[in-house]
Amino acid sequence: MKILVPLKRVADPDNANKVKIAPDGSKVTSEGLEWKLNPFDEYAVEAALRLTENAATNTRLGEVVVVSLGPAEAKQQVTQALAMGADRGVLVEATDDKLDASVVVDVLEKLIAEEKPDLVLAGKQVVDGDSNQVAQMLAQRIGWPQATFAAKIETDAGLKTALVVREVDGGVSKLKLTFPAVISVDLRIVAPEGVKNGNTPPEKKYNDGPRYPSLKGIMQAKKKPLALKKPGDFGVTPNPRLEVVKFEPPPARKAGVKVPDVETLVAKLKNEARVV
Amino acid sequence: MPNVLVIAELFEGKVRKGSLSAITFARQAAAIVGGAFDILLLGPGAKAAAPAMAKYGAGKIMAGEPGEYVAEVYAPIVAKNAAGYAVVCATATAMGKDLMPRVAEHLKAGMASDVVKVADQGGLVMVRPMYAGNVLAHVKVKTPVAVVTVRQAEFEAAAETGGASPVSDAAVAPAEAAAARVAVAGFEKVVSARPELTDARVIVSGGRGLKSGDNFKIIEQLADLLHGAVGATRAAVDAGFVPNDLQVGQTGKIVAPQLYIAVGLSGALQHLAGMKGSKVIVAINKDPEAPIFTVADYGLVADLFQAVPALVGELKKVVA
Repeated sequence: MKILVPLKRVADPDNANKVKIAPDGSKVTSEGLEWKLNPFDEYAVEAALRLTENAATNTRLGEVVVVSLGPAEAKQQVTQALAMGADRGVLVEATDDKLDASVVVDVLEKLIAEEKPDLVLAGKQVVDGDSNQVAQMLAQRIGWPQATFAAKIETDAGLKTALVVREVDGGVSKLKLTFPAVISVDLRIVAPEGVKNGNTPPEKKYNDGPRYPSLKGIMQAKKKPLALKKPGDFGVTPNPRLEVVKFEPPPARKAGVKVPDVETLVAKLKNEARVV
Repeated sequence: MPNVLVIAELFEGKVRKGSLSAITFARQAAAIVGGAFDILLLGPGAKAAAPAMAKYGAGKIMAGEPGEYVAEVYAPIVAKNAAGYAVVCATATAMGKDLMPRVAEHLKAGMASDVVKVADQGGLVMVRPMYAGNVLAHVKVKTPVAVVTVRQAEFEAAAETGGASPVSDAAVAPAEAAAARVAVAGFEKVVSARPELTDARVIVSGGRGLKSGDNFKIIEQLADLLHGAVGATRAAVDAGFVPNDLQVGQTGKIVAPQLYIAVGLSGALQHLAGMKGSKVIVAINKDPEAPIFTVADYGLVADLFQAVPALVGELKKVVA
C-alpha cells in the first residue's frame, strides 16, 4: 500500500495573533515566528504511518510519500515527516501568494498520476489559510471517493478498504471506502485507537498524539530521497482562482471586568447584561 | 441575470436553521451582483420540506430526493442545478464543508470558505478569516461562478418576508463513478435534549481544567439550567474528554451565542477564534493571567470545581 500525504508549513499556529499585516493591506508576514508543520498534516503523517506498519513487530507494510508546495525552506517540514518515518519526500517550489486550493490540486493531480498511491491522506485544513478545500477538490478532480474529517480509520488486513468514522453535526457518520480514495483527518485520528489496520494486533496500544522523530529517524531522514520540483515539471502554471484584494485586522474585543464572587456575577448577568 | 443559489440542508426531514444564514448571505450577495436568489433543497423529505421555505423571498425552490447524503452523489446534482448561477452558497456545516469544495471542482470554480461578510467593491468581494481569525482577507473569485460557504455565526438567520416561492423538482444528474466506491455504513445520532452548538442561545464550554470527561457533568448541569449547549476546547477534545463535534474554535465550530461561559479554559487563540463573536462572555479560571480574561466581559478568578456548582445554585434563584 502506498499513501501520499500532502503537507504545508505554517507560521507557528500558537502565535497566529503575532502575524503582521502590511500597512497597505497588501500582504501578511510572519517574521519572528517559527515555521511549523501544519498540525493536521502532522496528524495525517502519523495516521499514514500507523496504517502502513505492524507496530507490534515494527515492520513496515507499505510506503508513505509526503509532498509539499512551498519555498526551499519548507524542506525542513518535509524532513520532519521523513524523520517521523515517511519514506520519500517531494517539495514543489511555490510561494503562498501564488497558491490556492486549485493550484495545489493541479500539482497533486499530476503527482498522483505518476505515483499511483492507493490513498491520499490529508489534514482537514491548513491553519493559516483555514480553507479546508484541497482534499475534496482533489477527490473530485481525480474521480476518487472522499471521507473528510476522519476521527477513526479502520482498514482490512489487505489494505483495500477503509471504514472511516466522522464526528459531524448531530452525530457520528461512518463511511466505507474502497481504495483508491482520499481521506482528510481531524484531531482524534491520533488518539490511541484512531487507526486500526488489521495487521497491528489490537492489544498493541499507541501513545496519544503524533510520534516524535527518534534520533535514529532524524539521522535516516537525511538519507531519504527528497525530490525538488517546480510546478512546471508537472506542466502546471500557477493560476489561482481566488484573488486577495486586501488583508485587514479583525475588530478588537475589549476586556471587561473581574467580579469578586458568584453572587456578583449572577447579579451582573441578570441586571447589566440581561442574558439570564 | 447573475443570480445566487442557496444549497439548503436537511436534517431528519427539516431544513437546518443554519441554512437561514446562507439565505441572509444570498440576499446580500444578490443585491451586489444585481440578481435574485433561489434555493436548492436536497435530501430525504426535501419535497415535503420545500413549502416551509416558500416565504423567504426566493425566486424559486428546487427540491430533490437523491437518497442519503454522500458527496459523490450530491455534488454532481448541485453542479447541474447550479448552471447559470453566479454564486453558489451553503452554510459551513459539516455537510457544507464536505460538499461545497467538491461542487466547486465540478464547476471549475474558485471557492471562498467560511465567509463572514460581503462587500461591494466594483463587484462581489467576500471577507473571510485566516490565521485563526487574526487576519481578515477580502477576496474576489476570478472564475465565472463563485462557490461560497458562510459562517452561521456571522450571518443572522433570515426572517420570512412573505410571498410564495414556487416549488419545482430539482434537475437530476448521475452520481460520480466514485460513488460506487463509497457507502454509508451508519449514522449514530447523538441523542441530546440540548440545542446544537451553532443554534444555542447559551453555551457553556470546558477546557483542560475539567481534568476528565466525567467532570464535564458539572458543565452539563450549568448548560442544562440555562437551556444551553455544551462546548469544549481543542485541548479537551485532544485529551478525549468529549467528542470532536463539541469543539469550539478555529478548526471546530464557530459560535456567537448571547451568552458564552468559558470554564477551566485558558483561551488559546485557536479557541478565541471560535467564540469571540459571542455577545456576552463569562470566564471562570483560577489563573488570573489566563488570556480568556482579555476577551471576557465578566471574569471570575476561582477554582471551577467550587465556582460552577455555586453558580448553578445562585442561578437557580433567578432562572425559572
